[in-house]
Amino acid sequence: MSGKEGKVGVKELSPIDVYKLLPRTNCKECGEENCMAFAAKVVNREVPIEKCAPLLKKEFEKAYKQLKEMLKPAVKEVVIGTGEKAVKIGGKLVMYRHELTYFNPTAIAIDVTDEMSEDEILSRIKRVEEFRFEYIGQTLKLDMIAVRSTSNDPDKFKATVRKVAENTKLPMVLCSLNPTVLEAGLMAAPKTRPLLYAATKDNWRDMAELALMYGCPLTVFAPGNLKLLKSLVKTLVEYGVQDLVLDPGTFAGEGLADTLNNFTMIRRAACKHGDELLGFPLMGVPMTVWLDSAGLAQEIVKWREAYLAAMLIVRFADILIMHSLDGWALLPNVVLRANIYTDPRKPVAVEPGLRVFGAPDENSPVMFTTNFALTYYTVASDLESAKINAYLLVVDTEGLAVDSSVAGRKLTAEKIAEALKASGLENKVKHRKLIIPGKAARLSGEIEELSGWQVIVGPRDSSEIPKFLQEKWQTQA
Amino acid sequence: MAEKREKDETVAGLKLNSRLLELLAKLQEVELEDFELEAGELEIWLQPGAVAAPIIAPPKAVAPPVKAKPTQILEAEFTPPIETYPGKVVEVKLGRRGGKSVVIGGETTPAFYTFERPTPHPPVISIDVFDMEVPLARAVKMHVKDVLGDPAAWAKLAVEKFGADMITVHLISIDPLVKDASPKEAVKTVEAVAQAVDVPLVIGGCGDPVKDADVFQEVCETFAGERFLISSITRDMDVERCAKFIKKTGHVALAFTPMDLNIARELNRRLYDFLAKEDIVMDLTTAALGYGLDYAFTNMERARLAALMGDPELAHPMSSGTTNAWAAREAWMKMAPEWEPRELRGPLWEVITALTLLLAGVDLFMMMHPAAVKTVKDVIAQLMGGKSGNAERLVEWVTAKF
Repeated sequence: MSGKEGKVGVKELSPIDVYKLLPRTNCKECGEENCMAFAAKVVNREVPIEKCAPLLKKEFEKAYKQLKEMLKPAVKEVVIGTGEKAVKIGGKLVMYRHELTYFNPTAIAIDVTDEMSEDEILSRIKRVEEFRFEYIGQTLKLDMIAVRSTSNDPDKFKATVRKVAENTKLPMVLCSLNPTVLEAGLMAAPKTRPLLYAATKDNWRDMAELALMYGCPLTVFAPGNLKLLKSLVKTLVEYGVQDLVLDPGTFAGEGLADTLNNFTMIRRAACKHGDELLGFPLMGVPMTVWLDSAGLAQEIVKWREAYLAAMLIVRFADILIMHSLDGWALLPNVVLRANIYTDPRKPVAVEPGLRVFGAPDENSPVMFTTNFALTYYTVASDLESAKINAYLLVVDTEGLAVDSSVAGRKLTAEKIAEALKASGLENKVKHRKLIIPGKAARLSGEIEELSGWQVIVGPRDSSEIPKFLQEKWQTQA
Repeated sequence: MAEKREKDETVAGLKLNSRLLELLAKLQEVELEDFELEAGELEIWLQPGAVAAPIIAPPKAVAPPVKAKPTQILEAEFTPPIETYPGKVVEVKLGRRGGKSVVIGGETTPAFYTFERPTPHPPVISIDVFDMEVPLARAVKMHVKDVLGDPAAWAKLAVEKFGADMITVHLISIDPLVKDASPKEAVKTVEAVAQAVDVPLVIGGCGDPVKDADVFQEVCETFAGERFLISSITRDMDVERCAKFIKKTGHVALAFTPMDLNIARELNRRLYDFLAKEDIVMDLTTAALGYGLDYAFTNMERARLAALMGDPELAHPMSSGTTNAWAAREAWMKMAPEWEPRELRGPLWEVITALTLLLAGVDLFMMMHPAAVKTVKDVIAQLMGGKSGNAERLVEWVTAKF
């Protein structure tokens, strides 16, 4: 089951390997020009193999199975919940994001307990549901509710799980190490496919039965003991439970090095050594910091929980369970998650076109920048914070920054002239002066020639724009 | 009215913030024993007998397995997946004659893969000090308001109260577009800071390639042998001239490049003509959380992995201008109430930017907020400490009431 004889790593897989198993009819049903082009996209995980309709026919069954095995991620993808809000975790093909990209952003679950008041439970669910932050065109959200049994009373747990299921469609993690309690919870929401937490060395058999009976994924919990963790996985897989999640224990404080080491060793064993028993999603539980919270102010514990979560997002966690619901603590983590799970192969781009800052009039400055999200948002932030009234033209550079797009000929005088024309700025301002980024200075002459606008070379860094306008624009205008 | 509200908020923020610091300081003293469990909670998990009777055959098992289910745990072997690498990061010593010094670098394994090999030297933190008043986020300013404009007093505060391992003296006033202060004036500033503290210094320029070289030369020659880190040498400077005076005066170059490893290699190659490997630290550019941190992280992670795989041109300790975290508007801006208070959000933004890059392999952090510095230092100490987590206690998280 384990060892280096595992499947080919994602880096070694070439389009030829996939191509050889395809029907090779060049039928174009998948939308690609030919089977080779399709194979290349499959290898990059840009399209699923199922897009090849002929491959799904009976005669290619063997090839399809072979391809499925070949393309199987090093870390299994596990689905929690059902319907629209179901969450996929794991499905990782690589250990480091630059090797391809990370799929399935770390899911964040917030806990409620069966001893919280109904009001508190409902208010926490509401806050999870309503949490949203708009970030570079994405909406950042929280994903799940973890229901913990602190009472160890099956009836209480059952009532709480029912309450949660009635009030949200978000997937659940049901947490109790007592199988009787856990089953009571499952009975209250039998078809919701919650993640069960957790099988241990003491209860694994009962937990396995529950997972099979209710068709749920199951977490394996063996804090600080990877041999035991792996043995439990082996046992549970043999038992017939296919969808597992691994919790090697989230130690904070003194045990932090153990936590990072265990997460790293598991992920390396799965991605680099083909160890299938460790090729399951990893669970981090930053809320363990609350165990040592007696006598501390809440802010301190929330602060610790927040930075532990961040380290786990960076070091391979596929799902996190957290307690704090404070926006200041969660915001940097959902932003970090968005960053780490951005596809490094694609430059991040914003929509090109005209943006209006403040309340510009016919004498206001006109500037342009590129549609690289980072560049755009930096410039936008500088204009906003200085309360500048201006027009900003966002030129399509295929998501490249100013210096690299000038060098790579993605930002040209032609493109700028076209964008100026399309923007309708000629009817919005009286003047014909265009402020260009300092790093695009060498395009000045060409821009003037093609657009008929006078070029003023602006600063190299957008943070200098307010000062620049004060000194250069007001004297000119 | 609005003014009063602003003032009240400042006071509230200040209180919250100084309390945060106090509490963060106290944190170290908290012992595990401080946590008390209510009776009853414990016994549930520690007595196997408390586990309920096994569930008997499922009513509708999904696809019953043909082979017999295991009745006991099947043992699997686990061998830590340890690798060896042909490369090693060079060690760079920074520090003063008769004062404190630090050594950074020397890694033979990715950042904090301590299951593989220990981290040879803990990463260090240098706190930013400016030679004139500069715009600062309010959450930062409240901690340094008494020393603004006095870099020596600022440095003393940073070392004695905030625990800085090093001090970065930013010579903003030399900028021809700011005050155009002369190299001699810059030397005076550095002299004052060097008198006030005995930790290693980073000498920060203004970004003007010509003026920086002039000032760096004056500073290097005046303080020959003090092994300052000269921040920074860039491609648009007279690299040969800078490398020569750094070599001659026994300081260390910080080679600063935009996020591109080929450019970093190229600059390092130019420096190798004059400087030893042990005289170069790299700054591969730090972008803030939310504003390109992913690029910075991956760039640094790749650089470190390449160094370990034997690329000598990237085998230098890495420095990060983590203070850039404050360029993110979410770090300093007042936002809707659900994201407040910014007095916590801001320094946490700096912490998370730092910790992300700590895990990519950064050896030297240039930072700003005292609470952020304290947290990152604590995390580094925990990761270096080599102590183990308490598994028995950890199990309690499932049932504990907070």
